[in-house]
Amino acid sequence: MTVVKAPEIPRQQRQPETRREVPARARARAGTGVGLGVAVVYLSIIVLIPLAAVVAKSTDGGADFFWRAVRTPDAWAALKLTLISAVAVALVNLVMGTVIAWVLVRDQFPGKAVVDTLIDLPFALPTIVAGLVLVALYGSGSPLHIDLAYARSGVFVALLFVTLPFVVRTVQPVLLELDQDMEQAAHSLGAGGWTTFRRIVLPNLMPAMISGAGLAFTRAVAEFGSVNLISGNLPMKTQVSAVVIYGRIESDDTAGAAAISTFLLAIALIVLIALELVQRRAARRG
Amino acid sequence: MAKYSLRVITLGYLAFLLILPVGLIGWRTFADGLSPVIDALTSDDAVHAFRVTLIVAVWAVLLNTVFGVGAALLLVRGRIPGKRLLSALIDLPLAVSPVIVGLALILVYGSFEPIGRWFGDRGVQIIFAVPGMVLATVFVSLPLVVRAIVPVLQEMGNEQEQAAHTLGAGRWATFWRITIPGIRWALAYGVVLCLARALGEYGAVAVVSGRVVGQTQTATLFVEERYQNFDTVSAYATATALALIAIVALLIAKLLDRGALKRSEKH
Amino acid sequence: MGRSIRVLASAAVMTVAAAGLVACGSSSDSGKTVTLSLVAYSTPQAAYQDIIKAFQKTTAGKNIKFTQSYGASGDQSRAVAAGQKADIVAFSLEPDITRLVTAKLVDPSWNANQYKGFVTDSVVVIATRKGNPKGIKSWADLTRPGVSVISPNPFTSGGARWNVMAAYGAVSGKGADKTAGVNYLQSLFPQIAVQDNSARASLQTFVGGKGDAMIAYENDSIFAQQNHQPIDYTIPDSTILIENPVAVTTNSAHPAEAKAFLDFLYTPAAQKIYADNGYRPVVQGAGGRSFTTPSGLFTINDLGGWTAVTKEFFDPSTGIVAGIEQKLGVATSSSPSPSASAKG
Repeated sequence: MTVVKAPEIPRQQRQPETRREVPARARARAGTGVGLGVAVVYLSIIVLIPLAAVVAKSTDGGADFFWRAVRTPDAWAALKLTLISAVAVALVNLVMGTVIAWVLVRDQFPGKAVVDTLIDLPFALPTIVAGLVLVALYGSGSPLHIDLAYARSGVFVALLFVTLPFVVRTVQPVLLELDQDMEQAAHSLGAGGWTTFRRIVLPNLMPAMISGAGLAFTRAVAEFGSVNLISGNLPMKTQVSAVVIYGRIESDDTAGAAAISTFLLAIALIVLIALELVQRRAARRG
Repeated sequence: MAKYSLRVITLGYLAFLLILPVGLIGWRTFADGLSPVIDALTSDDAVHAFRVTLIVAVWAVLLNTVFGVGAALLLVRGRIPGKRLLSALIDLPLAVSPVIVGLALILVYGSFEPIGRWFGDRGVQIIFAVPGMVLATVFVSLPLVVRAIVPVLQEMGNEQEQAAHTLGAGRWATFWRITIPGIRWALAYGVVLCLARALGEYGAVAVVSGRVVGQTQTATLFVEERYQNFDTVSAYATATALALIAIVALLIAKLLDRGALKRSEKH
Repeated sequence: MGRSIRVLASAAVMTVAAAGLVACGSSSDSGKTVTLSLVAYSTPQAAYQDIIKAFQKTTAGKNIKFTQSYGASGDQSRAVAAGQKADIVAFSLEPDITRLVTAKLVDPSWNANQYKGFVTDSVVVIATRKGNPKGIKSWADLTRPGVSVISPNPFTSGGARWNVMAAYGAVSGKGADKTAGVNYLQSLFPQIAVQDNSARASLQTFVGGKGDAMIAYENDSIFAQQNHQPIDYTIPDSTILIENPVAVTTNSAHPAEAKAFLDFLYTPAAQKIYADNGYRPVVQGAGGRSFTTPSGLFTINDLGGWTAVTKEFFDPSTGIVAGIEQKLGVATSSSPSPSASAKG
């Protein structure tokens, strides 16, 4: 089941010309124009103007203020922790997500359908509930006698939890569609399982894996609710950027919050664009 | 052999990361039996919180469904410039942290900002009231309906719609009788995802809500508040209720997906 | 056309239902029932819920409904300053009201009554694990090697400043020996293992198992104990009196009713409810839980008042505590924003 798919941009479709079509097409174009206008207005009211306001607020005090706000010790430490954790989580998901997708597609065992459905739970679960859930199992008082609260490992586990579905769900449909003929041919020629996977299957999965890892990265960078509880939000040690931004808002320092937000958004966008380029190159080669 | 070890690794990973934590909360919730849980969930504050959540979620789903269908049609069938840009802008909310969403809305619709003050002068409060929370929820769940519909619309092709046109059907009739039924499984799927996301929103509403008990305190904010007040019974009960709602939503979505699969197999 | 009618109909029904739910939920001013909004800090939630019920049984309070919002004191104060509707505001410390006075949302005469606008008191105490295994009882004990202390960050939590000034005032003899006081703070802060954003978060951290002792408000500690958390607390001989203010807003739609509720808060009935919830009443003889008065109790005025103290100790760049925090690498907030002063 696909939860998130990147929509492909379709080519324009040519419609056959008939005498009756001409006024219909004019109406269609007008309708499309109105539709586009409405969509743009909706997007502006909800997304574009508010985000623009954040960027504008962050530059209110000039570049000097912007950099000072971003580089305050706790904000900077949080940025480092956030980015490093997000990369680590994306990499783990790259591997584990593919493994899980492989098992879900190629393997059979009782209860597989249940497992398949539960994969999406971190996506549907409210983040505060995820936070409670993780503190229960991995915080102090855990029945497993481990305590990851107030530690970076707690942050890492929380991020792994919320990013679980992303790579799995982008790789699964590709695996499902994959024609197994080439793999069988490779086997009959004597190639081992890992070689077959590495040289035949993996190149086909690469674009999906990278796309999923990118989604996992952006989700991890943005995460707030689930990390809040288990990390203890120790400044300089376990605070993530979203929590720092929240703290700035609550301290009435909206300009500082806006500066850190803009910086975070910029990084997320740069990474997404970079991944899109990498993915396109991988798709072309494959 | 490799197959077996992969299965073990997968199940082990999922057990520790997903199944055990969620199961533990369920276990702890019902540790003292069913009745404290029922009491907690039927308390005035809990009921109010769920009602606020539902109102906000329904509004968000309605708005995003209308937008979603329209935007999907534009992206797939429309002849417009800048489709890639439009698609990227629609996906933008996925990359924005919920806290940043809240900040962005405060900066535009807060009572002392130009736009917010315009509304305030006309008696409409946005931030610290339900409209602000609806805006926040719409923002975070914006792409979900669009992304669910687009692939199906693409696959569907527009032959049937063209046929309807040549037979004299108007645009609205074609839309309601051909397009919508054609995408109904994907549409329902997108709506369910959007609803699940909207019901579970926390970070963005935490910033724009005024936490007014009974009016702007959602179920997720209620969980937070009860937890901070050492009322773990209510916190866990509500958390489990929200988790169950999420699981039910996923099951419904899976059924819809299978329905869509069967339908495309028929063709 | 059948299906499209059905779809439109169900959409219309949903919209009407949603609108109906919204209408039901929002406060209705039908003329007879008045609705007051109370915006308060988080710990007295249980107290206010009982006080409101008691008020509604009086003639003045009949037919008055309430909406209530609870959160961290500073957050709530900022929310009201940013436009959240409130008729009565109840905060943990005076500067949170002063912010609203500056924003012209509270009249400057709010503290003109005999109680100076304060409706409850509390004191700063030292909370420990149940049984106090490490025997931490005094300010000096907190700086013993190996003792891990929990206290909120005084730059994100206005309330945490009570803790700092309690410690400073006690060790410096109400400000007489400034050097001793500052030296004490310099040895205290490195002992603080976690500086949470708010007093409530600190309480959660301590209860969650971190730290040997917590500098806390007495009412927070009592609240935790009433919720079966295994903590004890000691009232140091010398500590600061915490005074919690209440005020009505200038833009209240029902000033008379709001004032009536405010007056009710000073009646013995309400003060007793406060006491039972761990707050020290300001009105003598109200009954309820009894409290002991520490011999060396002092107020913020003995140390110069909040305005002077904020400037000298908590200025983000030049304050004494700011300097101590920066040496430890803890942020004291980014540079003040250019537009922050516009909001007041």
